[in-house]
Amino acid sequence: MDDSVRSEAGIPLRVSYGPESLPPPESIPPPGQFPFTRGNFVDGYRGRVWTIRQYSGFGTAEESNERYRYLLDQGVTGLSVAFDLPTQCGYDSDNPEVEEEVGRVGVALDTLADVEILFDRIPLDAISTSFTINGTAAIILAFYVAAAEKQGVDRAKLRGTIQNDILKEYVSRGTWIWPPRPSLRLIADTIEFCADEVPRFNAISVAGAHFRDAGANAAQEMAFTLMDGITYCDEVIARGRMTIDEFAPQVSFFFYTHGDFFEEIAKYRAGRRRWAHIVRERYGAKEDRSCMFRVGCVAGGASLYAPQAHNNIVRVAYEALASVLGGVQSMFTAAWDEPFALPSEDSATLALRTQQVLACETGVARVADPLGGSYYVEALTDEVEARVIEIMDDLERRGGMVRAVEEGHLHRLIADEAFRVQQAVASGEREIVGVNCFQTDEEPPEVEGYELDERGRARQLERLAAVKRSRSDVDVRATLDALDKAAAQDDVNLMPLLVDCAQAYCSVGEMVDVLKGQWGEFQQPAVF
Amino acid sequence: MPVRVLVAKPGLDGHDRGAKLVARVLRDAGFEVIYLGIRQRPDTIAAVAVQEDVRIVGLSILSGAHVALTEKTVKALRAAGADNTLVVVGGTIPRRDVARLEAAGAAAVYPTGTPVEQLVDSLRRLSAIEAPR
Repeated sequence: MDDSVRSEAGIPLRVSYGPESLPPPESIPPPGQFPFTRGNFVDGYRGRVWTIRQYSGFGTAEESNERYRYLLDQGVTGLSVAFDLPTQCGYDSDNPEVEEEVGRVGVALDTLADVEILFDRIPLDAISTSFTINGTAAIILAFYVAAAEKQGVDRAKLRGTIQNDILKEYVSRGTWIWPPRPSLRLIADTIEFCADEVPRFNAISVAGAHFRDAGANAAQEMAFTLMDGITYCDEVIARGRMTIDEFAPQVSFFFYTHGDFFEEIAKYRAGRRRWAHIVRERYGAKEDRSCMFRVGCVAGGASLYAPQAHNNIVRVAYEALASVLGGVQSMFTAAWDEPFALPSEDSATLALRTQQVLACETGVARVADPLGGSYYVEALTDEVEARVIEIMDDLERRGGMVRAVEEGHLHRLIADEAFRVQQAVASGEREIVGVNCFQTDEEPPEVEGYELDERGRARQLERLAAVKRSRSDVDVRATLDALDKAAAQDDVNLMPLLVDCAQAYCSVGEMVDVLKGQWGEFQQPAVF
Repeated sequence: MPVRVLVAKPGLDGHDRGAKLVARVLRDAGFEVIYLGIRQRPDTIAAVAVQEDVRIVGLSILSGAHVALTEKTVKALRAAGADNTLVVVGGTIPRRDVARLEAAGAAAVYPTGTPVEQLVDSLRRLSAIEAPR
């Protein structure tokens, strides 16, 4: 066989596929049936189209609130909150070491006062909110619960997701705070807390997306993500307080859709099938809904390029189509100017319209899993699944994900793949329009982008100082002390204590510092 | 003697795909590369640059905080006595900021989309300029 033609993940492709490529019919039952290869729902997107989100947030809570209300007016059905790096890494805005990062890649949140402004005039019982937050996810969840209750919304009505996936931060996104062990404990605390008290909220969105953007291929992305999912489920199960059926429906996943159209579709189908088997076979789930692999995705990221940047509009549209044919539950689409700056209002709106055209005009959402039974798509689904199993087995043999993270093994695998792609692009083996073929010498666009309002940081500091003046120091001390004592023990769920801290207007940095005192900080292996 | 380059990411931004790629490309091009990793404080970068006697410090910044972080790193290098160390900056850098980075002390700026051959050539040219003693 001529195996010179390969998918992006290196799977050799035949010139065409036929009936002999189809798996046995029992492995591809109709949509809505275990193992959900063809989708989670019998009626595909007819019952409900995927959630259309746009990732945004910048500057202060006021500016972000304004952008959210604009996006809701334009028809988004869920919010997706971007945080600034100090909030993600657990520093307050008044920490001089991080002054230049305040409000830059997302919104700055220090205390509940900011969160109240962020969701002002946004009914939290009516929308779903996704938070790209990891190290400080438990604290942000506490803020959200406290803010909702101040609006008069019961925590049981809240819908949305915290990303809350620390393992991939250690490897590829970098917003870690504490070492793996206590971080896993805090994640298990949030999973139990949501199962008990915030039942419509996803406690975790296991995110392969960042492995992908750091360089992993589609099969690695799926394999690493499923391994992370297993690590979190193992942690909760090992505590012995919950069965898989009590929390699995609140575990969701998140990926990048990049350019290899059919491989991306196959990736989502293979991931659904693999996770369903893992949840049933490894954990003995009794209910089918526990086995569902609920997926959000983003189209864009490292698949976008700076030269001839308007081509990114086309790339994102194809990636969005692949995502929908792969059966994702929610999506956001990157703006074409992402390689240069935070998107402008125009480019962000165009990215949103890309999804709306797909949902309303193309008809792809009319029929569930329209590619089911395609010789090629089914064969590729099997091939991707086989690679995923191979990679997962290898990681299990090496002692699991925490070890692979601590030893820098994952860092190396991802850097190797990123380098391989870079060389393939440099040699022209992988063609990228405008980058290594059909180049022009056009200047990069004068991107307007978003320029940070330097007064924003001053306002943020003023508000933090005002909150610190007006809150009760007695309550602050009492709630932080209680958190400190509970963190020293392994068997206390920290979430109720974090909600108490939030309600007492303790800051992110204050809570993080208390936990650092108990748990220390992570040191990343520097591997290139 | 190969030219010594320190590659680091100052600030809190963890997107290190570009920094790692540049580190490998430079190593393959004959530079001696020290990769410091993410979330490095400017004074740590300066201390390592002095200790390892590097000719070039390459900063990778995708968070938008490039001007302030470059200023801080250049200042830390000067304070540490590394007067001959060149600072170059890459990442998500709007064109309007290139001049600001040069004013902050960057010897060269490589915004997203800079071909790696161009980066290697530029570093070779910069490092060929005799350091004033």
